[in-house]
Amino acid sequence: MSAPYAKLPAWVEYGLIPLINLAVAFLVAGLVVLIVGESPLKAASLLVQGAFGYGEGLGFTLYYATNFIFAGLAVSVAFHCGLFNIGGEGQAYIGGLGVALVCLWLDGVMPWFITFPIALLGASLFGAAWAFIPGYLQAKRGSHVVITTIMFNFIASSLMVYMLVEVVKPLGSMAPQTRTFLEGGQLPRLDWLLSIFGFDIGGAPFNLSFIVALVAAFFVWLLIWRTRLGFEIRTMGASPSAARYAGIKQSRIIIITMMISGALAGMMALNPIMGDQHRLQLDFVAGAGFVGIAVALMGRSHPVGIIPAAILFGMLYQGGAEISFEMPNISRDMITIIQGLVILFAGALEHMFRPAIITFFATIRGARAAPQATEAGE
Amino acid sequence: MSDLAIELKGIDKSFGAVHANKNINLRVHKGTIHGIIGENGAGKSTLMSILYGFYQADRGDIMVNGAKVTIRDPNVAIASGIGMVHQHFMLVDNFSVLENVMLGAEENAILNRGIINARAELKRLEDEYALEVDPDAIIEELPVGLQQRVEILKALYRGAEILILDEPTGVLTPPEADHLFRILEQLRDQGKTIILITHKLREIMAITDEVSVMRRGEIVATRDTAKTSVEELAELMVGRRVLLRVEKGEAHPQDVKLAVSGLTVRDNRGVVMVDDVSFDIKAGEIVGIAGVAGNGQSELLESITGIRHAERGTVMLDGDPVDVSGNADATELRKRGLAHVPEDRHHMGLVLSFEENENAMLGYHYDEAYLNGPMLNLDNIRKSAEKSVEKYDIRPPDVRLKTANFSGGNQQKIVLAREMERDPVVLVIGQPTRGVDVGAIEFIHKRIIEMRDAGKAVLLVSVELDEIRALSDRILVMFAGRIVGERLPDATEGELGLLMAGVEENQEAAQ
Repeated sequence: MSAPYAKLPAWVEYGLIPLINLAVAFLVAGLVVLIVGESPLKAASLLVQGAFGYGEGLGFTLYYATNFIFAGLAVSVAFHCGLFNIGGEGQAYIGGLGVALVCLWLDGVMPWFITFPIALLGASLFGAAWAFIPGYLQAKRGSHVVITTIMFNFIASSLMVYMLVEVVKPLGSMAPQTRTFLEGGQLPRLDWLLSIFGFDIGGAPFNLSFIVALVAAFFVWLLIWRTRLGFEIRTMGASPSAARYAGIKQSRIIIITMMISGALAGMMALNPIMGDQHRLQLDFVAGAGFVGIAVALMGRSHPVGIIPAAILFGMLYQGGAEISFEMPNISRDMITIIQGLVILFAGALEHMFRPAIITFFATIRGARAAPQATEAGE
Repeated sequence: MSDLAIELKGIDKSFGAVHANKNINLRVHKGTIHGIIGENGAGKSTLMSILYGFYQADRGDIMVNGAKVTIRDPNVAIASGIGMVHQHFMLVDNFSVLENVMLGAEENAILNRGIINARAELKRLEDEYALEVDPDAIIEELPVGLQQRVEILKALYRGAEILILDEPTGVLTPPEADHLFRILEQLRDQGKTIILITHKLREIMAITDEVSVMRRGEIVATRDTAKTSVEELAELMVGRRVLLRVEKGEAHPQDVKLAVSGLTVRDNRGVVMVDDVSFDIKAGEIVGIAGVAGNGQSELLESITGIRHAERGTVMLDGDPVDVSGNADATELRKRGLAHVPEDRHHMGLVLSFEENENAMLGYHYDEAYLNGPMLNLDNIRKSAEKSVEKYDIRPPDVRLKTANFSGGNQQKIVLAREMERDPVVLVIGQPTRGVDVGAIEFIHKRIIEMRDAGKAVLLVSVELDEIRALSDRILVMFAGRIVGERLPDATEGELGLLMAGVEENQEAAQ
């Protein structure tokens, strides 16, 4: 007795339901703000103002969003294959090493536009290599990728401490970080892009990586829905037994998917390292790899959903910082609570309002036209 | 007192846009066996789920013994004397019969007294209805027929006066099914009321007193079984005249195309499921493998088609060996002309969340015609899907529709179209009509015979003995992993039934 399948119009499925979930998340977050003794309306206006109201805020929002787009794409590619890659954090971290090594090597001799594609390649290769091992273990040894990718986050963290303290740190420096890259290792900022719309970017590190992220989103769409490999990945994700029947080499697909996922996570490092800090330092990923999971969930693992979801989380990061600055009662942790609520309602409780909405639309449609003769639930 | 055990008045139920039950009126007389027949998706299971409290009707009343009852959940149904024997048994495999029977009716937190009472009651039920079963036997060690008996005992133990049986014979051998029918007759003679849900016309004719036919969520007719015929019921079910017998000419077998020898396969638990099986199939013949589900047919199919590792033995496809190590390249086998319609279309043959056109190329997605380098050639994919949709009359004819939204019969046609249109050398088909409506069965059977007449070697595995007998040119009977006999299709059902139940003849055993 399987539940009968009811189809919703696309605008409801991909527009209305996420919006309702989001609205509820903000309502509950508003209650939390109320309990702390601040005005939710004022907090909300600070959030939006801080994230979109002026050039520098917008620049930061989009800078954060860039990270989240990459991380969200990484998670979603693995999702399509039925894999839960929680290791975006570690893969991005290691990807950063790839970026930094290329920049340290070329920044003095090459202009940025030569360094940039090589650094992009370095980031992807390092990220992919880091994801290859859990992928291989899953494919050949059956070690669950959730467990191994989590462990690999910790290994990445230790490895990077070692690298930064012992290997890539300039001699005589006390700080565990590389030297600052020269001109040839710095991505141009996109101040001109925002100035078209009349915004002054100020000190925000909004840079070329954003465009790279959008291009990556397009390629992910192309890969998943328009290539044979994508077809095989989706078949694996939707039904491993059907994939086996169809002669799809499962371990090969698992490993390739994990490497693509890792490469996308690795590319994220481009944004903070080559676009903002211009050096490699400890913990530069700062949780973006995990936010990617929420972004992928909210964006339904589709690039078109991931981009707005990433911008939403960018807004929460940037606007949240603004709130905690303006409202002393609301600490940084409160912002984390609000972000958590968004993840809870948009991701984990995704199906909470769905049955009611399905019934609602079925009633409307039933009233409008005679119901189609569809198969009943046997 | 009314003489009606159950009366349903105007029951209506929708799931979203799906109208599963439309204004159902049903009267079941006390002390009778009432059959409910209909195709898959006709709404039989939904109706019974409403009666047993799994779902609530949107409208309508349920009267039990003349009194109106609101059945909110199965507990209310049980309290009203309704018991249900599910198609898939709801038993705890590693519990004893007694423990299963008293599960949920333990009386006390301390089981001691409950066990004593239950044992006594079980004894009484066994005596009264001749339902012998060892109360201390562990469920998983019992044959399926006895497990079903435990399900019936469970219902009776809870005081059921009205028993609902949902497709009870699907997992039984013909002798076991006969035995079940004798039990049901005995229960009826003792005054119980029985509702039998099935899609098998023969069972309806064999045992019921009255029969109601469902089609598209409605009860289209109720008949006295004695005054109706198989033909009339089939026509009522489908809504048009159907051919129950497949017309089939002589077979003209030629060269051997598939040769299996000494094949031995273990399942995932390490149990030998296929035991030293050998046979061959010639071009232009259909070889049917009969047997009760779970006797190794699935494993046999999977190892022949290279999906499952075989421990020993060889499979030759058109003279060349097939890698049975479990690492076979299914794509390679397809290219060599081995087409496979898997038993389980939901988990193997199709990806239900995909569009029709995507499933129409599943497994053949390596084909140049579907590709532009590494990219999919969506135009070609959809065009070729449209062609097969037209040729196989797949409805609705929308290649962009999600596969889950097609009915069982149409889903099966998607798989058949894909596998048959490739001009294979050998066609391996598992359960071609499981969960498929009568109208589509006719179509599918015709296609399978067409394939034979076009010179394909066809291996047919089915748990429906009628289907095996109607289509096969030779019948192999499989029991406990072994081929226990070979017969021609004119063998009697009784003879095949005995073989299926593992009663071997000496000469067979000596081979």
